[in-house]
Amino acid sequence: MSIQEEAARWYNQVYRKSVEKFPERKPRFSTSFGEEIAPLYYPQTESEEASRLYMEKLGFPGEYPYTRGVQPTMYRSRLWTMRQYAGFGTAAEANRRFKYLLEQGQTGLSIAFDLPTQIGYDSDHPMSDGEVGRVGVAIDTLRDMECLFEGIPLDKVSTSMTINTTASILLAMVIAVAEKQGVSPAALEGTIQNDILKEYIARGTYRFPPKPSMRLITDILAYCSKEVPKWNSISISGYHIREAGSNAVQEVAFTLADGIAYVEAAIKAGLAVDSFAPRLSFFFAAHNNLLEEVAKFRAARRLWAKIMKDRFNAGSKSQVLRFHTQTAGSTLTAQQPDNNIVRVAIQTLAAVLGGTQSLHTNSRDEALSLPAEDSVRIALRTQQIVAYESGVADTVDPLAGSYAVEHLTDLIEEKAAAYIAQIDELGGMVEAIESGYVQREIQKSSYQVQKAIESGEMVVVGLNKFQMEEEPPENMMRLDPAIQEAQIASIQRVKAERDEREVKRTLAAVRAAAASTENLMPHILAAVKAYATLGEIVDEMKAVFGEHKESIIL
Amino acid sequence: MEEKIRVLIAKPGLDGHDRGAKFIAQALRDAGMEVIYTGLRQTPATIVAAAIQEDVDAIGLSILSGAHNTLLPRVAQLLKEKGAEDILLFGGGVIPAEDIPYLKEHGIKEVFTSGASSSEIIEFIRTHVRRKRDDE
Amino acid sequence: MNKDDFFLPHGKLNIRRLARFISLIENNPDEAQAALAQLYCENHQALLLGITGPPGVGKSTLTDGLIAHYRAMDKKVAVVAVDASSPFTGGAILGDRIRMSSHATDAEVFIRSMGNRGNLGGLAPATMDVMNLLTSVGFDVVLIESVGIGQTEVDIMHLVDTVLLVLMPGLGDDVQALKAGMMEIADIFVINKADKPGAQQLQSEIAMLLSLRRERLAWTPPIVETIATEARGIEALTAAIAQHSEYLNSRQAEEKQRKREHRFQRMVQQKIFTLAVRFLQDNQAYQQWAREASATAVNPYAAMRDFENHIKLKWEV
Repeated sequence: MSIQEEAARWYNQVYRKSVEKFPERKPRFSTSFGEEIAPLYYPQTESEEASRLYMEKLGFPGEYPYTRGVQPTMYRSRLWTMRQYAGFGTAAEANRRFKYLLEQGQTGLSIAFDLPTQIGYDSDHPMSDGEVGRVGVAIDTLRDMECLFEGIPLDKVSTSMTINTTASILLAMVIAVAEKQGVSPAALEGTIQNDILKEYIARGTYRFPPKPSMRLITDILAYCSKEVPKWNSISISGYHIREAGSNAVQEVAFTLADGIAYVEAAIKAGLAVDSFAPRLSFFFAAHNNLLEEVAKFRAARRLWAKIMKDRFNAGSKSQVLRFHTQTAGSTLTAQQPDNNIVRVAIQTLAAVLGGTQSLHTNSRDEALSLPAEDSVRIALRTQQIVAYESGVADTVDPLAGSYAVEHLTDLIEEKAAAYIAQIDELGGMVEAIESGYVQREIQKSSYQVQKAIESGEMVVVGLNKFQMEEEPPENMMRLDPAIQEAQIASIQRVKAERDEREVKRTLAAVRAAAASTENLMPHILAAVKAYATLGEIVDEMKAVFGEHKESIIL
Repeated sequence: MEEKIRVLIAKPGLDGHDRGAKFIAQALRDAGMEVIYTGLRQTPATIVAAAIQEDVDAIGLSILSGAHNTLLPRVAQLLKEKGAEDILLFGGGVIPAEDIPYLKEHGIKEVFTSGASSSEIIEFIRTHVRRKRDDE
Repeated sequence: MNKDDFFLPHGKLNIRRLARFISLIENNPDEAQAALAQLYCENHQALLLGITGPPGVGKSTLTDGLIAHYRAMDKKVAVVAVDASSPFTGGAILGDRIRMSSHATDAEVFIRSMGNRGNLGGLAPATMDVMNLLTSVGFDVVLIESVGIGQTEVDIMHLVDTVLLVLMPGLGDDVQALKAGMMEIADIFVINKADKPGAQQLQSEIAMLLSLRRERLAWTPPIVETIATEARGIEALTAAIAQHSEYLNSRQAEEKQRKREHRFQRMVQQKIFTLAVRFLQDNQAYQQWAREASATAVNPYAAMRDFENHIKLKWEV
């Protein structure tokens, strides 16, 4: 079939059906001179060879290999979700910030937790000293979670939680809070990051060793596929890998390799691939080089589709790589912070032209501290301006066919596939991580970049070129040091009011389940409802799983 | 035989972002120093114990989680208690400029934040060590 | 300086002073010699262990497990972890102690990281002196972890009483070359990460190579399987170590004496070398001759022959 024939087929069957379900935002998208902008542009060629190549490499949006987008109409129907990561201090303060953001037009919540919560320490644990409420909200018990979601309808707002080691516990808490709101778990929409492999590589909030951590993840995947079907149970992340200093190829390769490891683990645990794979989602960075980034996203989609189809025989819903993007924090400078607004705008364009499903834009003061309210607002406005004023959302995959972008897409896919083949040789991603291969590769890239910045070979405006004398910044976000005290007091109160016997019983059940092959989620849910603390639940699992010790690769 | 400069690089607290710390460790090695890299999740107690056993000239602490005002002075305090305040203590990471005076008052000799180059840090360490060895 | 200088009034070890003296040994061995002579004391009870093997097999994690075991027996434990220094810059990243972090604040555990400072052979030049120092101040167990890469890293066998050679399944063809050279070094073979595929095969390979050894020695190195990250196999390993210690003691200190002799020879050689180099560096006549002898037209072999004859004359050999 020629492209024309394929296009006709796609328009009449796929596109039309999609528009019925998701009507386009406007009856007509026009240029400034009155011409209609088509939903999709493609080569006007009669050549059989060109058609074949086009179908093989690009295809149509919403169709294998999904290079051009996961969905037929993309932003013409629904814009990406504008989801700003936030949360700090106490649950009450986070709740206030969330309500503010929802009022300002944000369409989904993205929650940041403090390090003790992420790693499994209660706020009164010695290791938590100085860390409580700093990089996110402190959650010790269900009481905190109830406070966090006070007045926020969980059946209307989708929630993304950046939580990994303790994802099971936080998810259980969301389910418990929803129940109290009268919302059934089947109606809940959201995501937990739940990607432990990248923690060992790049982010560092691991607690248990890799094997039991993988088991926890497959427990969650199984539980969600039955009880919380609209929930994205894992957000396989490349953002942190990129932030740790990898290049674009490594970002794709290691993320997809992590994905392969999770799929294999779930299948080994007895799950049918199509029962969970459609709910796998991904998370990438949007870096500075716009053309390379757009190519990267397209390459990732195509490569994942091939992997799911060829390696796992998965159905079409499982082949689709849906992803969230965050603009790259490490590109922002402390010098001349307003320049960061411009960087973020370009990175936003990259993410949108690359077809992201949701986006977090960084604030200009990220390199200095947690962002101030007006900085956060500007970051949100950046997304809104790109969405409504720039026109890039009015046609699908606009940069397709660009010689540069298509070449880069091919190149990134090829090199990422080579990395994945190498990792296969090493025995899979878990092996590759344990032997330090992945970390070494990232290290090499990271070191090169840093050296290039220091030598001036890589220009960073305001940092190593176009510098100026500056006044130290003002109006910085300051965290109230009394938060730690307040949180500790809160734990005491909850402990005083709860039924200790029930707590003991449910905790013992967690430990027993951890030592067996039972799914841990129902037991964790029971413990959470009894107001067991996060730390108490983690300690039960730790008693069985042990703790992971860092393996440094330098 | 030339006397090597020994530096301990550590990440106190729960912060897991070690890209910067690893870079500094490598840069110091490339400058001929012996770097005892103790990695993530270090407490002030483990940092000071290691620093003393390894007889380091300097300790570099990297922290991006905001917990610097608690953790860094505690390291300085412990060094003092163990009679090791001659060990040069410096920090880096995400530390707001307005917190630097407080840290300097509490035993941290210098804070190298975003934009500081590795050669600055190397020079800083070398100058201090040279001065200390001349005094001995 | 004597042993007491390293102790605080209430009998505890002065870690700071000990650590500083080790730095002195590393940086200024001549200055340290006098002090070492004074404070040296025999410690027959001390267990001297060497741990070597290719990178990535888990030596440090294993050391961590051994520390825990000996601490549970209330022994004072010291570890010297040697890592490679950069041949270009002279610097080093010493990261072994990360895997022993659970003992970081145990006052009876002393961990010191050393760069090999260009020394080939797997150990740092100061390792032997530091080991003597540590036993002299009362450590019951001294573990030396060497930069085990291949066949040249054999220093360790002359230094310690019991050498643990750590391997792991899946190392590939490199193991073949390794094994051929390393057979003589190991008193105990450790297969770490024994849960990985190929453990059984590796064990068979080692056993076969052992059986091919030309000399029938009284001690056949046992092969112990461990999973260091789970602290599995440590008991079996320490039992094998204890057996080897018994063997060494029972042989009327023959083996130990051999090692002591070898160590002493090394000390003498090192001393001759250092003295000679220092002497020659300051000696004008020698420097002149060396310059002339290495000039382009001169036959270096002829020059060396003259040099040798000259020395023989001087030393009356």
